[in-house]
Amino acid sequence: MTVSLLLQQVLNGLLDGVYYLLIALGLSLIFSLGGIVNLAHGAFYAIGAYLTVALTPHLGFGGAFVAAPISVALLGMAIERTLFQRFYRSDPILSLLLTFGLALVAEQALRMIFGAPTLSYSIPQELRGQIFIGDFIYSRYRAVLLCIAVICVAGLWFLLNRTAFGRVVRAGVQNPDMVGALGISLQPYMSAVAGLGIGLAGLAGVLLAPIYSVHPAMGQEIITPAFVVVVIGGLGSFWGVVVAALLVGLVKGLVVAFGFAQFSTSAIYLMMLLVLLFRPRGLFGERIQRFE
Amino acid sequence: MSRLKLNRRSLLKGAAGSALMAGIGMPAISYGQADALKIGHLTPRTGFLGPLGEYAVQAADLAVEEINAGGGVMGRKIELIKEDSVNPQTASTKAERLIERDKVLCIVGEISSASCLTIAQVAQRTKNLYINTGGNSDALRGSNCNKYMFHVESQNSMYVKTVGRALLAKNMVKGKKWYSLTADYAFGHDLLKVAKRFMEANGGQFAADELVPTDFSDFSTILTKIRSAKPDMVVSNLAGVQITNFLKQYSEFGLDFPVAGFGFDTAVAWGAGKGNFFGTWPLVWHHLIDTPGSKAFVAAFTKKYNRPPENQAWGDYITMKILARSMTDIKSADPLKIIEHWEKEPKFDLLKTREGYFRKYDHQLMHEMYAVEALKASELKNQWDIYKVAPAVPAANEPLDAIASTKEENACNMPA
Repeated sequence: MTVSLLLQQVLNGLLDGVYYLLIALGLSLIFSLGGIVNLAHGAFYAIGAYLTVALTPHLGFGGAFVAAPISVALLGMAIERTLFQRFYRSDPILSLLLTFGLALVAEQALRMIFGAPTLSYSIPQELRGQIFIGDFIYSRYRAVLLCIAVICVAGLWFLLNRTAFGRVVRAGVQNPDMVGALGISLQPYMSAVAGLGIGLAGLAGVLLAPIYSVHPAMGQEIITPAFVVVVIGGLGSFWGVVVAALLVGLVKGLVVAFGFAQFSTSAIYLMMLLVLLFRPRGLFGERIQRFE
Repeated sequence: MSRLKLNRRSLLKGAAGSALMAGIGMPAISYGQADALKIGHLTPRTGFLGPLGEYAVQAADLAVEEINAGGGVMGRKIELIKEDSVNPQTASTKAERLIERDKVLCIVGEISSASCLTIAQVAQRTKNLYINTGGNSDALRGSNCNKYMFHVESQNSMYVKTVGRALLAKNMVKGKKWYSLTADYAFGHDLLKVAKRFMEANGGQFAADELVPTDFSDFSTILTKIRSAKPDMVVSNLAGVQITNFLKQYSEFGLDFPVAGFGFDTAVAWGAGKGNFFGTWPLVWHHLIDTPGSKAFVAAFTKKYNRPPENQAWGDYITMKILARSMTDIKSADPLKIIEHWEKEPKFDLLKTREGYFRKYDHQLMHEMYAVEALKASELKNQWDIYKVAPAVPAANEPLDAIASTKEENACNMPA
């Protein structure tokens, strides 16, 4: 394999990881703050993709790119207010059942509204084409996608680490009782985090609709690898999730590159197993008192 | 002190739960009718084959509606009990339940070859009839064949030989190198074997073959490899939404090697979007076939569901019609009598130019197939008519079994 080819495969793998990242960041945030294991996260990704297909004829891809994630985020906040909120203090198995049910309801609702067959959708004309640098070739759309994802992840990092909002959220993850004792109600922060996390899943749906099949079960395809990313990365660590997502993408990509495509799915589970054996808190997991 | 009864294990439970999700299918809804002839319909309605299963269910419904409107069978209405087969294990459990609890006279359906096998085992054990409408694997008609299973769907050999003829005519086989992508389950493995046999017999070779997991959605790594391998042709042995993902991303990366497929459903190309369909593909039936029967079916289906039917719809529709026809002819709804009747190789109208029959030897429906060529984006008139209409294979002067596997290629010894 030439260096240029290897580089391309590394880039392909990393970008695959970026898709997981957009899903996994929200999963990790929502779990860290409220203790909700959101199995419906994949469904929000699917809803984002379906909204994109439905809105494009009216707003164009650009309009859908803005409107769809915002709608999904609002939907997420509504669900946090009406449903998640009731389960913050109960046995996690209950919220697990709740979100499991939500995921099934959402998938079936998409099937009833839009039908089961795959919806037709393509890359918008202005973003089609390839970038050539010598022997190196890359899809223009994916380059744009990568930039958008990097901006989002950087924005989220800034929000969590450099703003007053982020300070409260991080304090809430570590010790919610102390935050309460200081007279800060976590409730609006919980809603905002649910909106952000679920909005990111919706954004992933928008970005992937042009290159993946848009079908009702598409959420299932991405949710399990996203969980693996969160487990490998470790709770409470922003960079843990980022590194884990890129690592999962990279390992998957290289496994395919070296001719073992059939093991690409099992490879990431094997990696999770190894990480759990040697670092039960995940690669960068912090010691969080209430999760021990 | 912990406020929540919460720990890291919850997260792992979550990961396990998310994997479980794929194992839950659609709920079954049935309305009991006294004295109706019950037929079980079992096909994947969720997961990576779900988008195709929808066509199967809708078409079976339409056929039953038409049969009942015409007076039913021997004066009795047909009642369809529909279930989502989900995966091979669930398919087997549901097949048992349909036979033992619902007392259906036969089971129709399926798309996954792996699930066909487990349903066929139930049919054999309970001496019930199963008609496969979507599983392609040759092994189902060969090493796994059984007296209680019939196949309306074509076998992989028929698909390969149909497209193979088109490729031979275009001089894309002899001395050529193919890069193949294969769905990593029963269907794909079987198809790859048949494709290799065809390739070797006709003097071509494989540049590489990749096994692709069914939940694989990002093809960029494989596309990069294809580009550097510079094959003469890229061959798809993929299935379901995998093909849609592949088509979309192949055009995204701007690869221009010719493409052909050995397994295909029109719905996966309809789902890819404008400008993302190219190559030569095989079909058991398509909505542009110019016969009165096909035209009537397309019109009725389009009227009811606002989109034209595709090949999977034809399979389940025609199976219901064959069943109704046969029961009326032999004046019996006994599955064993139906099997006996079909083994005499009676001819059926299949909405094509020639009538077809179940071959006694392996219970495969002998019928015409089609190799279609994708139209260029600039030639498209609408979102449905995406390929050039080609004459049926085999040609009118050949026997129908000219494209089917021979006994040497795929031996079937049916246990009595």
